[in-house]
Formats: sequence, C-alpha cells, structure tokens
Amino acid sequence: MTVLLEPLRRAWRTPRGRAGVLVLLAIAVVVIFSPPLLPDPLAQPDPIGGASLAPSIAHPFGTDQLSRDVLSRVAVGGRVSLAVAIIAVGLSITLGALVGLVAGYWGGLVDAALMRLVDAALAVPRLFLLLLVLAMSERVPVWALVLLIGATGWFGTSRIVRAEVLRLREESYVRASEALGASRRRVIFRHLLPNTLGPLLVAATLGVGDVILLEAGLSFLGLGIQPPAPSWGGMILDAREVLVTAPWAGLFPGAAIVLTVLSANLVGDAVRDAVDPRAA
Amino acid sequence: MTRVLEVENLRVSFPDGSGRRFRPVDGVTFTLDRGETMALVGESGCGKSLTSLALLRLIPPPGRIEPDSSIRLGGTDVLGLEGNALRQIRGRRIGMIFQDPMTSLNPVLRVGDQIGEGIRAHFPVSKAEARERSLRLLQEVGIPDPGSRLDAYPHELSGGMRQRVMIAIALAAEPEILVADEPTTALDVTVQAQILEVLDRLRSSRGMAVLLITHDLGIVAGRADRVAVMYAGQIVEEAPTARLFANPSHPYTQGLFASVPRIRGPARRLTPIPGSVPPATAWPSGCRFRPRCLKAFDKCVMEPPLLPIEPGHRARCWLAETPR
Repeated sequence: MTVLLEPLRRAWRTPRGRAGVLVLLAIAVVVIFSPPLLPDPLAQPDPIGGASLAPSIAHPFGTDQLSRDVLSRVAVGGRVSLAVAIIAVGLSITLGALVGLVAGYWGGLVDAALMRLVDAALAVPRLFLLLLVLAMSERVPVWALVLLIGATGWFGTSRIVRAEVLRLREESYVRASEALGASRRRVIFRHLLPNTLGPLLVAATLGVGDVILLEAGLSFLGLGIQPPAPSWGGMILDAREVLVTAPWAGLFPGAAIVLTVLSANLVGDAVRDAVDPRAA
Repeated sequence: MTRVLEVENLRVSFPDGSGRRFRPVDGVTFTLDRGETMALVGESGCGKSLTSLALLRLIPPPGRIEPDSSIRLGGTDVLGLEGNALRQIRGRRIGMIFQDPMTSLNPVLRVGDQIGEGIRAHFPVSKAEARERSLRLLQEVGIPDPGSRLDAYPHELSGGMRQRVMIAIALAAEPEILVADEPTTALDVTVQAQILEVLDRLRSSRGMAVLLITHDLGIVAGRADRVAVMYAGQIVEEAPTARLFANPSHPYTQGLFASVPRIRGPARRLTPIPGSVPPATAWPSGCRFRPRCLKAFDKCVMEPPLLPIEPGHRARCWLAETPR
C-alpha cells in the first residue's frame, strides 16, 4: 500500500496539492451534507414573483427563471457530477489497467489486437463517440451515462499501463517470479499491477477533472443529465436565456465546475510529480 | 550417483530480423548428478545465461528452444511440458538465483511475501505456515535477525542480504537443482565469499545439485566438482575442476588462464586472447575459436566434436586428437 500512500503524502506536502485536496474536500462536504438543509431543488415555489431573484440571505446564490434556489441546485447537481465522475473514472481506470496489463504481459498477437483497437478508438474524439451513442437514444438514464463515459475513457490509460508493463516485464523480479512457478495471473496482479499504481493514480486524478467537464458539456448540449434533475452543465444551458438579467443562475454552476476541475487537476499534477521525480 | 538433469544438444534460436534464425546456444550437452556442483564458465555472450533460462523454459519470445533439443529432469521431459505441469517444475524441481540482487526483488513487496510466494505456489500451506517456513529459510541462508527482516522491503537491505534473500526464494519450494546465474557479480569480494559459502553449505545439507554459472574462474576453483567452459554457444571443454586447472586442453581455456593474474609463482606478463567473442548472429564456420586461436591449423576449418583427453575430460579441439 505504500505505493499508493507515499505519492499522496508527497503531493499533500506541495502547496498546490494541499490547496487542491482542501478545495475538493470542501466541495465534497458541501454537496454531500448541505442539500437536506436547503430548499427543494426541483420545487418552483413562485414562478412569477420569485423568478430570477438576485442573491440574498434567503437565496445566497439567487433563484433561476423558474424560481428554483440556485445554491440548492448547485449542491444537488454537484452530487451527480461528482458521483458520475468518480464512478466513471473508476471504471475507465480499471478497464485501462486490465487491458494494458494483458496487452503488455502477453505481448504478440493479443497485444497487437488490443492496441490496434485502442488506436482506432483514440482516432475518434471522445465527445463525438459519446454524442453518436447518446444521439441515437431518446432518454439516457444516469447509470448508462456513467457506463458510456467510463467505457470511452480507458484508451489512454491502457497505453500508459502497457508501456509501464513492457518496462517492468524486463525486470528480473518478474522473471524470478516466473522461475518460481508463479501463474500469469499472479505475476500480473502481484508484481506488475502494484508497480503501475503510480501512473494509474495520476490518470485517475486528472481523469476526474476531464469527466466533470465532459458531463457538463454533454448536459449543456442536452444529452447528459436530463431536466428537471439539476446538473452543472444543464444549469448553464438553462441560464443562457437569462444570462443578462440573472447572471447568477449560470455563474455559480460555472464557478463550481471551474473550481472542481481546477482542484482535481492541481491534485493530479502534484501526484504526477510525486510519482515521477524526474518530471518535477 | 543419481542423475538429476540431462541436457542434450540444447539449441536456442532467435530470429535475426531477416527471416533467418541464429543460435546463441548451439548444441549444449551436459549432465548433473545429485549433490554435485558443476560450473558453467564463459564470457558474456557465450550463451551460458540462455542455457540456464532454457532449463526452466523461460526463453523470452520470439526466442525458442529448437525441437531436436532435449532436457530431462529425472524422468520428466521438460520440453514436452505445458501450462500447469511446466509451472510445477519451476521453483519446485529447479530453483533459480538471478544475477542482480538489486533488480531481482520486487521493490513494492515485503521480503517475507516474496519468499512465501514460492512456498505457496507449490505447497498447500496457510499464510502463517508459509511465513514460518520463510523465517526458517532466512535463518538457513544466514540473515541476522530474520524475524524483523521478513517485514522489510528490499531497499532496506544491503546487497549481500538481498542476495541471501534471493537464495532463500530459490530454495522456497525445496528444489533438487539450484541454478545460480552469476550469483556474486554485483557483490564485493568478502560478501561474495560468504554467499558461495552459503551455497556450498546448502548443497551438502540438502543434497542439491548446483549449476553455478559464472565468468569468474576464481569462483570455480574451490567450489565446483566439474567445470564446463562455454564459447560461442557451445561447450568447448569439460573436466573435473582439478584436471581442468592442471591441464587446460582447449586453446580457449588456456587463454582464459593466461589472462588471469596469479598471486603465487613468479610474476609474468598477462596474455590476453586476441580479438573478441563473435556475435551470435555470425558464429565462425569450422572451429568457432579458430579466428582467435594461436594454434589453429588446416583441420580447424572442420568443426571439431568434443574429443576425449582422459576419463571425464573432453575438449572440442582437433589438437586433442593427436598426442601432445
């Protein structure tokens, strides 16, 4: 476990790593614990008199054009965004690690086949790949969105892991383990995987930022989280119409995206430097 | 004497990139008896490490062992094994100590886990029992304070200790043959002596056969019962150690001795062997040592077989044919 904890500890010691972690924690605390204390994010208490109110004590982030509380929608939308990001990244990291390990260790035809598949997938921009699938269906449930984002995010990771395995495969401890009669599964999971956790950790932290942006983008295009459920991207989409009269309706979800992605990337950068001292 | 290993006409080939295959190991034949130490001596690139990897079928693709080769472990035909049966040989029948103790241990696993890996791969024992056995192995290879070393990571150990751990790992599944590939190259001389001491003790206490692979004739002298000298993918001379040292018969072996400084006896100029080992992609025709041999004559354009000199002593040289 030291392979995982040590880079995190070292990242924590850098100013940007610490700032990123603290901001992410703050965001997580807010989105997890605040919704029960806030107004119902779906309720439209007063569509005529209460619409597009400027920030006040009652509505710290103001209300949108349907009189819904923006703070409450940012918080609940953040739950969805963060959950989608974490689960999708977990999925793509797992897939990427598996494909990379198998391709790198087996080599030969298996490697060639898997890597050509990855090449083909990488040739198509991820957003278009997602748009293609999403545009074909009417309403996409959240779990399917998570699956799709996860399933289109592992290509780069598998490349990184494979490259790492190609290097590790030549290490004598891998050969020593084979000489002891260890099975392939054992070599992969006991010897190769732990030594690739560093790069995987970097890919994961940087991936979280990417996926939040991607989900926001899809929701902004109307293909992600479906209204009336709040999501950061969807809120910006709705706020477009009142951008001049009620800028807060789009400003706050926008700020939430920027802050979250920025902190995730700060942590990712710090972890990368901690994993690879040469890059520092 | 029980014969534990018979290698016959072992050839290992690799593709050369233009469709042909070259043979870094080309027709190696030797046997190993229980309780015996045999040394395989040769320069870098002569094929000795590949020979040892071939014993466990660990030749990395696209390399392969040629079909007319034969490796027999007691009654088992190693070249006929696949999958599980092959894994049961690895570590259990033949244990292997690798060259570099710095890179042969996984940096992220505790020492105890790495020894336990070999035990649990071959015996159905609990984790606790494996740990108990690992502890005994560390004691056996002479690691002080073995209890606390079990939980150490490799980077916390010195080079000599790591090499001892490597030996413990190789012994984990109680193999009948121990292959030690340059077990002491990365170590300083005193530690080197200790490690060889450990190997020797284990050989006699466990009745193992040891195949000691080295480029250092000094290591061979006191340790090995027999020596096989390799050159350009072949064994060029094979003899009981004392005989080889007293009467080296192949010009290459003679050259090796002439290029090693001696402490006793009158000072003399060292004579290096001219030239260098040819690359495995282009073994010379005829006798492979011919281009560098000071005694080469007409007949050397034909490839010599291993010719007997005295019982147990053979050399791959036409000079061995005629009485000297």
